[in-house]
Amino acid sequence: MVLQINNDHQRFRKIVKGKIRQDLRKFLTRGELLGREGKRFVSIPVHGIEIPNFRYGDNNDAGVGKGEGQPGDQVDGEGEGMGPGGEQEGRHILEVDVTLEELAEILGEELQLPRIKPKGKHRITAERDRYSGVRQSGPESLRHFKRTFRRALRRQIISGLYNPDAPRIIFERRDKVYRSWKTVLSPQSNAVIIYMMDVSGSMGDEQKELVRLEAFWIDAWLRKNYQGIESRYIVHDVRAAEVDRDTFFRIREDGGTRISSAYRAARELIEKNYAPNDWNIYLFHFSDGDNSSESDSRECCTLVREQLLPNLNMFGYCQVASAYGSGNFINVVHEHLPDLEAVITSRVNTKDDIYDSIKTFFTAGR
Amino acid sequence: MNRLLPKEIAEQAEIIAEHARREGLDFYPTVFEMLTSEEISQVAAYGGFPRRYPHWRFGMEYERLRKQHRYGLGKIYEMVINNNPCYAYLLNDNALVDHKTVIAHVYAHCDFFKNNIWFARTNRRMIDDMANHATRIRRYIGRHGLERVEQLIDICLSLENLIDPHSVFMRREAAPQPTATTKQKPEPTVTRFPAKSYMDRYINPPERLASDRAAVDENSQQAKKRFPARPLRDVLAFLLQNAPLEDWEADILSIVREEAYYFAPQGQTKIMNEGWASYWHSTMMTNYILGDNELIDYCEHHSGTLATSPGRLNPYKLGIELLRDIERRWNTGRYGPEYDACDDMAARREWGKDRAPRGRVVGPDSPGRAKIFEVRTIYNDVTFLDEFLTPEFVDEQKLYHYRQDPTTGRMVVVNRDFDKIKQQLLFMLTNHAQPYIYVTDGNYRNRGELYLAHRHNGADIDIKYAVATLKQLHALWRRPVHLNARIGDEVMLFTFDGEQSSQQRVDEKVDNPAHFL
Repeated sequence: MVLQINNDHQRFRKIVKGKIRQDLRKFLTRGELLGREGKRFVSIPVHGIEIPNFRYGDNNDAGVGKGEGQPGDQVDGEGEGMGPGGEQEGRHILEVDVTLEELAEILGEELQLPRIKPKGKHRITAERDRYSGVRQSGPESLRHFKRTFRRALRRQIISGLYNPDAPRIIFERRDKVYRSWKTVLSPQSNAVIIYMMDVSGSMGDEQKELVRLEAFWIDAWLRKNYQGIESRYIVHDVRAAEVDRDTFFRIREDGGTRISSAYRAARELIEKNYAPNDWNIYLFHFSDGDNSSESDSRECCTLVREQLLPNLNMFGYCQVASAYGSGNFINVVHEHLPDLEAVITSRVNTKDDIYDSIKTFFTAGR
Repeated sequence: MNRLLPKEIAEQAEIIAEHARREGLDFYPTVFEMLTSEEISQVAAYGGFPRRYPHWRFGMEYERLRKQHRYGLGKIYEMVINNNPCYAYLLNDNALVDHKTVIAHVYAHCDFFKNNIWFARTNRRMIDDMANHATRIRRYIGRHGLERVEQLIDICLSLENLIDPHSVFMRREAAPQPTATTKQKPEPTVTRFPAKSYMDRYINPPERLASDRAAVDENSQQAKKRFPARPLRDVLAFLLQNAPLEDWEADILSIVREEAYYFAPQGQTKIMNEGWASYWHSTMMTNYILGDNELIDYCEHHSGTLATSPGRLNPYKLGIELLRDIERRWNTGRYGPEYDACDDMAARREWGKDRAPRGRVVGPDSPGRAKIFEVRTIYNDVTFLDEFLTPEFVDEQKLYHYRQDPTTGRMVVVNRDFDKIKQQLLFMLTNHAQPYIYVTDGNYRNRGELYLAHRHNGADIDIKYAVATLKQLHALWRRPVHLNARIGDEVMLFTFDGEQSSQQRVDEKVDNPAHFL
């Protein structure tokens, strides 16, 4: 049985989602969400959802309790008892459970999906609505006039109301037929996202945290939208190696930095597994931009321009601010690859910038 | 949602009703329905009703209840609507003994609804009216859109507590006097000293009479200008009559107000009502109904209902204990001037024991029973505690007074002083722990601004919420709104003029409203 309350409940969830959207920046920076894909629910405090009214303030909290205890003993438990404010729960901040997917979806509504080109074998599915049937209820804008008319006509003929000399068809509620839609999964293209992270010594814990948060949200969101997407992870200092997702989000290392090593590794990965004709390839690189030498930086740009970019849909470079001053790599990229639409850079200095950074990467709708 | 009652339970309900009637309970016909836990959560979220208007706060309550149920933190056992016939709900996964307890409990609630004087003016067809409200609001949603209607309901709900629960017992406000056809008022009387006719001209000079008359006239003119004529507690009614509302907006406000009035007596009598119902389920279950094999389960659930934890006063527990105390006192004659005057503790302890040999209960025809029936008829929580709370009771129940320690922010026990405890309890129950807010001027500064005032009786209002509420109020009044409230030692005036909130100290420079509280 469908309960009437479900409508109110859905409305409430919608309002909650709206509130979350307002505070999205704050939630994006909550590190404890990392690695929680296993647990489906995330508890989120939602402010400002209650209805205000004239009430007594907190400073007068007092009450009557029952039990043992000497003057001065603490009254235990958070139960407010029957203090001013009575038995209402008003004072507590509302905590709402949402799934990680819902969060990613809210994030996604603010952004635009990357345009994935149809390529290769069909692994990624996209949802589409198709108007393929009819039903008895729906909005007037979807009313199927022809069918409705036919039903009304038939009813009137059967019930003898129809007068062929002065035909006059009047719809009744039960005559009305509306178009209805089905959500169809239409197979689309293959896509792979390669994340590269600088784990050198200059990348402190704070920087890694920023990278993880950003990569986490990009990943959560893309996965939510495209089933069957592939993600690969590369970490590098002076050497680069492919790691699994878990390691990527948790690894601690140090050493120097040679960015070109990561780009070579990415190139190999692509050559080996992802034929450019069959795959949409996205490359994200996170670093503090503190490359070991200027010449390596230049080499990176050549690599990107000549060997990687022809095969990529997008190359995203995100530079995080480090304790050792901001690196120079982003400037080198700007200098050598200024004219390429597929190259997008962003800077992240604090957690608050993550939201904007993700936005820079995706707003263009690539 | 029509769930037929299983035959076995229907029979039990009849048996219990028979016992209840024999004990003197007098209730409307009562319809029991059997619901699943989802359904009962819905009904509970709707405040007991099967149909309410659509609003997200019911969804919020539903989510809370579902979660509570899922994690085993609480279970709704019983739910009953003040209506004729009464409707009550049973949870289908309860055991038979639970059903029996609930049924006994419910009959006592129904008796209370029917006979307690504070419920005398409630709408006994509320179940129908709630459904009608739902239909009306749905129609408005269809016409004006969900967003607008929902926004308005939010506003109305935020003012929901600004009603006067006593007003239902007063004669309704007389229709506003037509201003166009001013009735000929009796000539304003001015002082006229007695004098012989030839002296009158000198003792009561015509010039003085004329100037006196003019002064009186002006006074009455002033009084006429005052609007409203006296401070009003029913802010919602004032808004309904005077705010620039469209018909549908006024209708929604009136719906919210009507429902607030319907629920008000339940807030006023929580302790008594639950105490009365617990008293009777306990009395009837243990005397007549309980089977041997059901005893343990019954005891567990009964004690669970009455359980108290430190810092939390259970209205069920307080109510049942106080009713039993009253019964015992009247059975043993522990009342009246003679008993009150006795200050020999030993004598007080033994007082009247020979009259009630079996201790607590003497039986259905005892004076104690008669007394508690009287209590259930004419008292509400405030008067109930004011009249019957005794130092002995407070001592026996181990009540204490606690408050927040300003340095640590923790709640600490202050003392076990009877006067203090009683004062605190009464304070918490007065006006259902809501501040008293009055309309003191509906045309403040002659600019059509609304001036509310808080009557301070010991506790300050919450500034943050007050400011937010003023904003809501402005949406109805559409002119600047003010709230006069004492915060600490300062009297402050909070204002929202449609764009920004401000506050200022009230001093000579601030214009006076039409009335002071």
